Amino acid sequence: MITLEKLTKRYGEATVVNEVSLTVERNSITVIVGTSGSGKSTLLRMINRLVEPTSGRVLIGGSDTTREPAHLLRRRIGYAIQSHGLFPHRTVAENIAVVPRLLGWDVARTQVRVRELLGIFQLDPATFADKFPHQLSGGQQQRVGVARALAAEPEVLLMDEPFGALDPIIRTKAQDDLLDIQHHFGTTIVLVTHDIDEAFRLGDRVAVMSEGRVLQYGRPAELLTQPSDPLVARMTGVADRAMKLLSLTTAAEAAEPGESDGPEVSGSASLREVLSELVWRGVSSASVVAADGTRKGRITMQGILSHGHPA
Amino acid sequence: MMARPTRVDRLGTLLALVVAAALALLPFVVFKTNRIVPGEPKALAAVLPGWATLGLYACLSLVAAVAVCLSSARIRFGASLCGIVASAAALAAAADRLTPLGNKIVRVAPGAGFWVLLIGLGLMTTDAVARMRLAPAARVVMLACFLAAAYLVLAHGAFDNLSIMREYAVNAGRFTNEVRRHVALAVGSLGAAVIVALPLGILCHRQPKLRPGMLGVLNVIQTIPSIALFGILMVPLGALALAVPLAARLGVSGIGAAPAAVALFLYSLLPIVANTVAGLRRVSPATVEAARGMGMTNLQVLTAIELVLALPVILTGIRIVLVQNIGLTTIAALIGGGGLGAFVFQGIGQTATDLVLLGAIPTVTLAFCAAVMLDALVEVLDRARA
Repeated sequence: MITLEKLTKRYGEATVVNEVSLTVERNSITVIVGTSGSGKSTLLRMINRLVEPTSGRVLIGGSDTTREPAHLLRRRIGYAIQSHGLFPHRTVAENIAVVPRLLGWDVARTQVRVRELLGIFQLDPATFADKFPHQLSGGQQQRVGVARALAAEPEVLLMDEPFGALDPIIRTKAQDDLLDIQHHFGTTIVLVTHDIDEAFRLGDRVAVMSEGRVLQYGRPAELLTQPSDPLVARMTGVADRAMKLLSLTTAAEAAEPGESDGPEVSGSASLREVLSELVWRGVSSASVVAADGTRKGRITMQGILSHGHPA
Repeated sequence: MMARPTRVDRLGTLLALVVAAALALLPFVVFKTNRIVPGEPKALAAVLPGWATLGLYACLSLVAAVAVCLSSARIRFGASLCGIVASAAALAAAADRLTPLGNKIVRVAPGAGFWVLLIGLGLMTTDAVARMRLAPAARVVMLACFLAAAYLVLAHGAFDNLSIMREYAVNAGRFTNEVRRHVALAVGSLGAAVIVALPLGILCHRQPKLRPGMLGVLNVIQTIPSIALFGILMVPLGALALAVPLAARLGVSGIGAAPAAVALFLYSLLPIVANTVAGLRRVSPATVEAARGMGMTNLQVLTAIELVLALPVILTGIRIVLVQNIGLTTIAALIGGGGLGAFVFQGIGQTATDLVLLGAIPTVTLAFCAAVMLDALVEVLDRARA
């Protein structure tokens, strides 16, 4: 759905992004991960033309992004950034309504959409609609920032370190919420982060960037099991790679037929969590229970072992 | 709110002591047999009947007690206001008693004692208003009430025997014109400066390389003494009037309002450009980035986000300029620019202090009103983003 073709950005002598080509699939989350200075933010900002490429091109839905004026392009693409960038002189509702207003939506439609988004982001409209950003907590500001980015129902959402300013507990919650929202709207999300755990947690596909180049682009499990470059292996972490791999598989996916007299675990729990539970209880198997309460089989220590290394 | 006795109020005590000393040592009024002879200082007791003098002192003692002992802003405000009314009434009465009926030659002016008393009470009033933490609109309404009350009292003729009002009576026809001229010069040059300085400030913000040079030049202009600047401008404007007849017909000449307006305009540039730059720099880069990322055009980002967020700081610059201009315009009279300075310089020339005051007091009042109104505006605009 989004195709980057030999995208390059140079500032004078310095090449910040160097001939990056990759394809982002529709309705998926693609995470670009890299250290600071790797060019990941510049790459993201070339998609909505906040940075104009030196060479190469960007296609969204097959059409070249330079075909329309940059500000019109940006109104079709959601954009959320680390320090949220909420407009301090406008209320929460007015902040969320920015892009619908730019697009000329009528007042009633905008209002309905603002209320819907506030509800989805667990911000009671009666309480929050008329508050100013400085009256909100950091987590609430961040949610308003994402709600604003989604206001005009964009097909594509670009996020630059959206959870960077949040403390760890709120960050985990915000990541879960983002996954829910992505399922809900089916938005195609490109997210930039320096946090490899966040990349594995959120990304359907992950691109590892260093010095302006994409070293490897693939599913998280591929990056762990077949790193194409020593730097990728170093970034994904060698010491706990088995644990990372286990965290990519859910109990429901790994369940095998049979009964267990061990504890019950949720089907949505990762194998890493199941392993922790088994070790904690000193048992060797657990039964898997789906959200509706039905039993989905069991997981044994042997089964976990088979998922924790390259196939 | 209950008035609760608290510790001794430091400001109130200081004011009470200074005012008491001034009333004891300095004359309340000055009597002159004509306009320019040196005056004869008179104590209040020597002019008013004993009961009136005692009454005023009793009233002022009560005000002093409030100033020293009570912390309630409303009571302090009311007390200082009563003090001002009582003092003004005593002054008017003294002027009436010292002026023989129908005599237009003798002059009765407020003495140093009265001025210190008025300043003391005025400080107490403004301090009380500040402590009341009034809403911006309420402060403007209060100012309007003060002005209306002062106007009614003056129009009624209560102070007609006072020397300043004598000068006013002689100059009444010119006075309104000079006030208009004064305001037109101060506000007009400000308006022109805003139109030029705002884009300059935006340019300096967008092109940081220009900033040191631009602010440097404006700084140099600011350091030229005003009289020197008027002098410097006489030459080119005089030449312009000679060379371009249209300019001359429009009133441009080496002396008069044109060089005054140009000088005030030049002085106005630095505060507005500097505050525009400071205001725009105050806007968070993340906010601007988000605005662009959301699809606002450059013009929308500038007008709907950057300028709106910078407005309180820009207005603070405009406030500085307006108050500064109202004061500086006084000097315009030196080169024939007119305005309230005309009375000041005429008064100096004639050693007629009363005429100087006729120019100075309205100037101070204008500057004060401008400051109160623009402060209120800045506060209203800044409130949304604490």
